[in-house]
Amino acid sequence: MIAAALGALLSHWRRQPGQFATLVLGLALATALWSAVQAINAEARASYARAAAQLGGDAGLVLKARSGAIPLATYVALRRAGWQVSPVLEGRTRIGQTSLRILGVDGLTYPVMPASETTDATDPAAILLPPGRLFVTPATAEALANAPDLPPRITTPDLPEGVALTDIGTAERLLARTGEITRLLVLPDQPAGLPPLSQLAPDLELSETGQGDVARLTDSFHLNLTAFGLLSFAVGLFIVHGTAGLAFEQRRAMFRTLRALGLPARTLTLLVLGELLALALLSGLLGLVLGYFVAAVLLPDVAATLRGLYGAPVEGGLTLRPAWVASGLGMAVGGALLAGVQGVVKVARMPILAAPGLLAWSGAARRGRWRMALAGPALMLGGVLALWQVGGLLGGFMLLGGLMLGAALLLPPLLAGLLALGGRCATGVTGQWLLADLRAQLPGLTLALMALLLALATNVGVGTMVSSFRLTFTGWLDQRLTSELYIYAESDRQGAALEDWLRPRTEAVLPIRYAEAELAGAPGRIYGIVDHATYRDNWPIIAAAPGGWDRVADSTGVLVNEQLARREGLWPGTTLTLGPGWQAEVVGVYSDYGNPNAQAIVAMPALLAHVPNVPNRQFGIRIAPEKAPTLAAELRAAFDLPETSVVDNAAVKAASLAIFEKTFVVTAALNVLTLGVAGFAILTSLLTLWTMRLPHVAPVWAMGMTRKALARIEILRSLALAGLTALLALPLGLVLAKVLLDVINVTAFGWQLPMYLFPLDWLRLLALALLAGALAAALPATRLRRLPPADLLKVFAHER
Amino acid sequence: MNARLLALLLLCLPGFATAQGFAGLGTDAQGFAVPDPAHRLSFPADHGAHPEFRIEWWYLTATLTGEDGRDYGIQWTLFRSALAPYEAEGWASPQLWMAHAALTTPDRHFVAERRARGGIGQAGVSAEPFLAYLDDWEMRATAPGIVALSLSARGQDFSYALTLEAQGPLVLQGDQGYSVKSRDGHASHYYSQPAYDVTGTLTLPDGPVRVTGQGWLDREWSSQPLSGTQSGWDWFSLSFEGGEKMMGFRLRDTAGDFTAATWISPDGSAEALPEGALSVEPLTTSQVAGRGVPTRWRLDLPAKGLSVDVTALNPQAWMTTSFPYWEGPVTITGSHAGKGYLEMTGY
Repeated sequence: MIAAALGALLSHWRRQPGQFATLVLGLALATALWSAVQAINAEARASYARAAAQLGGDAGLVLKARSGAIPLATYVALRRAGWQVSPVLEGRTRIGQTSLRILGVDGLTYPVMPASETTDATDPAAILLPPGRLFVTPATAEALANAPDLPPRITTPDLPEGVALTDIGTAERLLARTGEITRLLVLPDQPAGLPPLSQLAPDLELSETGQGDVARLTDSFHLNLTAFGLLSFAVGLFIVHGTAGLAFEQRRAMFRTLRALGLPARTLTLLVLGELLALALLSGLLGLVLGYFVAAVLLPDVAATLRGLYGAPVEGGLTLRPAWVASGLGMAVGGALLAGVQGVVKVARMPILAAPGLLAWSGAARRGRWRMALAGPALMLGGVLALWQVGGLLGGFMLLGGLMLGAALLLPPLLAGLLALGGRCATGVTGQWLLADLRAQLPGLTLALMALLLALATNVGVGTMVSSFRLTFTGWLDQRLTSELYIYAESDRQGAALEDWLRPRTEAVLPIRYAEAELAGAPGRIYGIVDHATYRDNWPIIAAAPGGWDRVADSTGVLVNEQLARREGLWPGTTLTLGPGWQAEVVGVYSDYGNPNAQAIVAMPALLAHVPNVPNRQFGIRIAPEKAPTLAAELRAAFDLPETSVVDNAAVKAASLAIFEKTFVVTAALNVLTLGVAGFAILTSLLTLWTMRLPHVAPVWAMGMTRKALARIEILRSLALAGLTALLALPLGLVLAKVLLDVINVTAFGWQLPMYLFPLDWLRLLALALLAGALAAALPATRLRRLPPADLLKVFAHER
Repeated sequence: MNARLLALLLLCLPGFATAQGFAGLGTDAQGFAVPDPAHRLSFPADHGAHPEFRIEWWYLTATLTGEDGRDYGIQWTLFRSALAPYEAEGWASPQLWMAHAALTTPDRHFVAERRARGGIGQAGVSAEPFLAYLDDWEMRATAPGIVALSLSARGQDFSYALTLEAQGPLVLQGDQGYSVKSRDGHASHYYSQPAYDVTGTLTLPDGPVRVTGQGWLDREWSSQPLSGTQSGWDWFSLSFEGGEKMMGFRLRDTAGDFTAATWISPDGSAEALPEGALSVEPLTTSQVAGRGVPTRWRLDLPAKGLSVDVTALNPQAWMTTSFPYWEGPVTITGSHAGKGYLEMTGY
């Protein structure tokens, strides 16, 4: 009996291959987009972790000397007090034409060592005793092939190029820096009850290795990607819900027959549930394969974006990770259950003698319209309440979810209302019939149109946010990075030498000096600046007290960044405590994108008076732009500075813009994919409505309208619905953008972005929506045009 | 750190058997001094380090009773391992140091490990005044020699601070401190102070506990104590209620096990018993860290009328250090009653 019932159930899919394809493809596409985003995120995170583990150790904190090197005695003193720290000596040495970065570590206490390809790596005496060994990549080993004075090399793929990892004793000899330590890694497991660092080693300062910053910055990128993935999945679920619902309705008669033949309701329900699960697994697997390809295509761009924008090391290769495979399959199964559970419940509760309604499905949808009209605003209101009550990022996302779902539910009543309005205004028989027909078809298309609405709104919202961000960020870069060159010295001594060397050769040398400090109870930095027109003319001030710059110059005023101002309500006129016995009035607020922490700017003399030993290692250089590249080259040669120590402003800006273009490529690709899914939804809905449409079309044809005209109307109808949906999606998308910029961004990252509007993008999107509608209707229209008249005549012959 | 690299680094360190046997210890001594049966130990100099030998340890265990009435055990061990038979200043020193600390209760076992390079002052041992240290872990003399010591160590979730007072003389193991470890003549220099009275405080996650008890210090150095066919050892230090003490070990060897024992009278005089006089037999095996480890033993020493069962206080006293082994307090029942410590390597 079970086998027979199963055969009957599955025969439906054999007779309706299109519907089967729709269901599987819809779920597969949704899973593909979701798992592609997951794969990209997982890959990027794994790359960060790998990089952190290789170079910084897993330790998140490092100790550095306020100036100069850390004496070996300080390391021993910290160790003898119980602190678990590991020494690192880092420096550069020149080998012929190449500059080699030497990273010396103590192998006994260093948290990670690279895996080596050669076996002699495992002889500790060779590594620890003179002459020692250098761990380098094969390429670096190649470059060092003719360096007789260096210790033997051991190759490993786990290091950056141009870096030699070695024992700290070997590094001392190579760099001629005996007894010096560059930094101490603070290991994660520390015993309880340690004496405070400030007492043991007052000359050292604790800071994060920088991986933390990267993580926070890239979080925003991943957040956007994840939001995208979720929205695509929601769009996919609409398709699945629609098709699964239709399949249940169409098989109602079969269910009734099976039950009448004696199949228990429980068995039938289980069979239907099993069928749904099998379909979900099949689609999920298909989706994973698709997602893998989507991710593989997008990942190089994402990697380039992250590398360039945030300096986060992400490799371009993709590996299959259990985490996102599981997440993809889980979403597919969960999604299918969510979308199909209504049907299963109906089967379970179906009265055995209930009459099968042919148009029951669309009829039910029509009945539900009023429920939707009420549920839509309720969901929106819920979202607003969530933001107000829950608050924070979660509240923001709940608001987003409420707005999007609420708007989707409001779409059918709104469209119906618009069509009714149009019907009243329409003159002429054809026009009236067209509008009436549209209204009649609306229930069957509802879910597809909802999907389109969500896709379009997401497009408008995310597009507006990204574009606004780009515009603001580049403008801010222009204001903030006004110096032509930025120089990073390796020590205070080198800093002083650089300053002396630069002063006669440039228009101005602007020292960039800062101290880590606690600002309003949170970690932050206090910058000291010299009074110079560069700042007065260009600094991106968003709120200022009159004469603010003069107040900063005479040490009575302080500028704070937007994050600090917003968090603590420190707007001009308020007072900020900068340290013990050091207060100043806030005289201005400046925008500071990309920085998660608090920041304040005071006059240089004030900073130096209140904080001892402020490092002097960074400088901005004002010089005629055309002279900058020459000066940079001279500077590198004169001081043997590594490439990264002299940064050309023009290069920074060009790189930033290039990176934003990359971001756009990814966003645009995801946008097109989401739209594609929505377009597909419309196509499948039209196809499933096809058989039900014939009885509506046949009388019109019989009254004299040609099949060609009918086909044209078919396309027109789809265009009208897509166009109307696009028009309704625009305000929703703008609201979405506003929420993303004003709520999500502010709570997640602490800065607000002005919203810019891009009407040309909207036009492009409207065109895309119309294109999707036209393409979706093309197949049914062609079919209608080629339909043998006999088929249309049959409509009148058959008993309906 | 690369596990292979670490493994080989630590293979040079003593006290750790691997499945392949004491590979690092079974090889020939390359330029290292070799224990000499004619050498007579001299103190305080021999309390200090012997860099010309490949391996050396300062190994203290104590069985303790808390004021809460519960039994505890602690271990404090400093290992020295030399890559070359000399000492040098700074990072160029070939001397490597490793320390293990453990605190065992009937149901918990806390472990910590520290490593350091010689030559920079992070770890070392001086003979007079006696001080053995690595990081903030210290075994420090509070009187000439090693008659009175203060001992401290701490890990992430435990610490202890104890004072030790010797109640008897030093015991020279084997023949005047020359302890043979195989029939092929592998040997080490080995002496003990088996009779410390211990008082102090253990700090556990639940809070501090005042404790008193008995401590046992083993000092051993060599360049090649084991034969290549020996796969690990079972080592016992037992203190009986009558005041006698016994040190005994079995070296497991494919060519037949090797046992040795020293019987210590209440007055501290020691008698080395001939090879084979002690027989040891595992009675119960526990699943510890995914392997079978004997945690109850039968020991027979007919020459002294000894026939006892030795049972682990906590069978899960597994040392999750770079090189894992079992080390924990035991209770003794049978012809003699008492407490002691058991170390098992190579399981």
